[in-house]
Amino acid sequence: MMRLPPTPVFLARSTYRQRRMRDVLRSLPVVGAVLMALPLMWPGSGPDAISLSHVLIYLFALWAVMILATFVVVRWLRPDPSPADDAPPPVDGAV
Amino acid sequence: MVSFNVLVLVALLYVAFLFFVAFLAERRAERGKSAWLRTSVVYTLSLSIYCTAWTFYGAVGYAARSGLEYLTIYLGPTLVMVGWWWVLRRLVRIGRTQRITSLADLISSRYGKSTALGVLATFIAVVTATPYLALQLQSVTLSLAVFVGSEGRQWGADELNSAALWVAGGLALFTVAFGTRNLDANERHHGIVIAIAVEAVVKLAALLAVGIFVVWGVAGGVGPTLSLIDASPISQWDQSAGRWVGLTFVAGAAFLCLPRMFQVLVVENSDERHLATASWAFPLYLMLMSLFVVPIAVVGLNVMPAGSNPDLFVLTVPLAEGRNGLAILSFLGGFSSATSMVIVATIALATMVSNHIVVPIWLRQTRRGAVMSGDVRYVVLLARRLSILGVLGLGYIYFRLSGGGTALAAIGLISFTGVVQVLPAMIGGIFWRGSTRVGAAAGMTIGFVIWAWTLFLPSFGADAVVPQAVLDAGPWGIAWLRPQALFGVSGMDPLLHAIFWSLALNALAFFAGSVLSFPTPMERLQGAQFVNVFEHSADTRTWTRSTAEAEDLLIMAQRILGATEAQTLFQSEAARQGKTGYLPDVTPGFVDRLEREMAGSVGAATAHAMMGQLVQGANVSVEDLIAVADEAAQILEYSNRLEAKSAEQDRTARALREANEKLTALSIQKDAFLSQISHELRTPMTSIRAFSEILRDGGPSRNEAAKFAGIIHNEAQRLTRLLDDLLDLSVLENGQVTLSPSLGTLRDLLDQAVAATGAEASVLRIVRRRADEAVALSTDLDRLTQVFINLIANAQKYCDAPAPELRIDVRRVGAQTVVDFIDNGHGIETASQQVIFEKFSRLSDQRKAGGAGLGLAISREIMGRLGGAISYLPGQGGAAFRVVLPGPDALAAE
Repeated sequence: MMRLPPTPVFLARSTYRQRRMRDVLRSLPVVGAVLMALPLMWPGSGPDAISLSHVLIYLFALWAVMILATFVVVRWLRPDPSPADDAPPPVDGAV
Repeated sequence: MVSFNVLVLVALLYVAFLFFVAFLAERRAERGKSAWLRTSVVYTLSLSIYCTAWTFYGAVGYAARSGLEYLTIYLGPTLVMVGWWWVLRRLVRIGRTQRITSLADLISSRYGKSTALGVLATFIAVVTATPYLALQLQSVTLSLAVFVGSEGRQWGADELNSAALWVAGGLALFTVAFGTRNLDANERHHGIVIAIAVEAVVKLAALLAVGIFVVWGVAGGVGPTLSLIDASPISQWDQSAGRWVGLTFVAGAAFLCLPRMFQVLVVENSDERHLATASWAFPLYLMLMSLFVVPIAVVGLNVMPAGSNPDLFVLTVPLAEGRNGLAILSFLGGFSSATSMVIVATIALATMVSNHIVVPIWLRQTRRGAVMSGDVRYVVLLARRLSILGVLGLGYIYFRLSGGGTALAAIGLISFTGVVQVLPAMIGGIFWRGSTRVGAAAGMTIGFVIWAWTLFLPSFGADAVVPQAVLDAGPWGIAWLRPQALFGVSGMDPLLHAIFWSLALNALAFFAGSVLSFPTPMERLQGAQFVNVFEHSADTRTWTRSTAEAEDLLIMAQRILGATEAQTLFQSEAARQGKTGYLPDVTPGFVDRLEREMAGSVGAATAHAMMGQLVQGANVSVEDLIAVADEAAQILEYSNRLEAKSAEQDRTARALREANEKLTALSIQKDAFLSQISHELRTPMTSIRAFSEILRDGGPSRNEAAKFAGIIHNEAQRLTRLLDDLLDLSVLENGQVTLSPSLGTLRDLLDQAVAATGAEASVLRIVRRRADEAVALSTDLDRLTQVFINLIANAQKYCDAPAPELRIDVRRVGAQTVVDFIDNGHGIETASQQVIFEKFSRLSDQRKAGGAGLGLAISREIMGRLGGAISYLPGQGGAAFRVVLPGPDALAAE
């Protein structure tokens, strides 16, 4: 007879995953900002000079990767319980 | 070559199309079909007002002048959107829970609903937005001038000015028409949002079309374009690191602080989940918008004659290549970018100006404050409309004064730097409980002054506002105050210099002011609510006890929220407390809720001030402050749980108490009625007996006999009427009545009722709006008429005004049609409103009434049978009754 794994483990794991996904989401702008500043350290002139078109391609590629990463993380994320409408629920049984 | 007239025609058709779309969206929203208007796609597209004409035209010019630096303007917001979990999520949640109407409202509300801070933030917003609005007008007129130029004519200053005036006038019309339909800024502007979403698609499509044409049509593919880029004058990668980082930061910060972005990001947000979608979709939009900027710039530099304005390459390159259709599309794209930005920016600024400057001044002027006569709603709407005209007028004046000419990018960056001065107060306010009003005011003031001194004023050119001598040597020869070398920091890029000093000193003043000052209780409460918005969204109480009457509150709320909305709010609150009718108990929770609803219309500071005039309780108590303290969080939670339990018991107790009061009152009334009814029956009986005895015994003359018989007849009739009423009521109550439904219109019924009461001949003046009364009815018309007759007759009998007047209003509330009968007498006391519908109840002297007090009871039974309702409507000045007409299916259910 097969024994199913106890569900709490599974639940905890998913909650844990959710938390880490939020951490990924928080880290994305930081990582993005650092990578955006990276071309500033590339030489603009001299023998190893990098051409403008390469910088352009790098920046747009970075942009696309950031968009994709955000898309994937957001898809994974369970929606936060949004606050209900400001109006409190009507109560039945009014006299 | 495109004829100028064709172009104007196309533009007008496009504008007419936008009007149509906006109108359609408003119509659908009114019918409650707004779901599709509020998808995350529309939300994302509405954010695109970040891309103004500056993006559409200016980005190419920027790239042609300074290479890749233009990207910082889009990379900054990308980082903010991707990092939405940090700041935006919090802002949106705060905006929703606190019913924030604008950026100034956020600042004012956070720092203890301070009017002064709201004024300061509004001032900064208006000053920094004016050049930006001028910039949009300039770009539209310049693009028109390009087409005129292609016809071989040249526009002078006069033509440019009049074109700008036309554009500004048209935009004002659109914005007033669709931006001030609702007072409540939280009731979103469906028409405008949809129009903006359409414009977002148009401008993206236009820029992509030009880009694709340039890359594959002119340059000959991706490879040749890239080599063209590397061979162009901007091929050198020598980006200043300071400007790159500084501009990315300013652009990201401005994305949060621009009033128009705050409007679409926070105020118009209808669902927090849309933010998650926009977090990747909006960066995608930005990326597509900037994808072809460099190719267009490079190709433009290549094919256009030297000295042509790179800001207009998006238009001039297709024109030079003979692609007229593309040029027109591109013109529409630029037009869309400019107009959508102007519309939203104007609405956002007008909301700020009316809520934080006009209304507070007006309230102070009228003195009598919240309970004054007149319609506050109308004043606020008018203020908002005038503000729209004023803001656009300022933009136009700036356009006239500056005379154009400055590169688009320069104006945009100056504006960004100015608006970012709100950032420390905003970010500090939502993350740091220690920030105070004094700190926020100090930071914003210092930042704004430094911005004006180092960047804004010098931007008009040397000797225009700031003399060259001051630029070189500083005011009064004080070298360390030189606008572009503050504190001896010379050799820095002027823009970077301004960003650095203004924000550094702003943040320092904000911090120092906050640390050294002590916040008021209200500030501490608001601070806790803003900073801990995710921990306990439950509202803390800012009003503890109140001396206000529910009816006074209703009168005030009706003037601000509108009659229907206010009545619905009061009714739902009463139902929540377990009461019927429109007047809930004035609990602190209810006062808070009401204040927040009103803040959605007139801003937190004004709403608070108006409530303060009515609710004269101490507004923050020691208990509330304990609730704020962190140590008390656990106690708070425990007491919250207790409160939830006791709230239920409260409701039951309240319902029981009310029922008991009603029973007691009824029992007294019943006793009174019994003696009353016996009296009513006896009086006619006595006269009948007496006169019939006289007749029986003979003696009176023939004349006298006829007179006596007449009296006997009249008295017998009175008895019959009384018995009829009693019988009618008992039949209705026992449900034995048979209804005979037929078709008719409300107007005919009201005509009949008015005629039957003879009200046309009496002193009572009846005010009707016959146009509203064309409502088809399918119900028992005779019974319904009986109810109307009763209400009109009541007004005839009881209205005690010197010139009695009865207003009959027909209107729709939700899916129902209601008929309000409102007279101008002195109304019915709150205590008596509970019992008037009960049998045998009569409030005034019975002689005058001439009935047994059964009319309203019968009316209520009838309306119940018909599937409608009748109730007393408080707060209307006089006695007011609301008849809810039965819906079409009401009888079928019988």
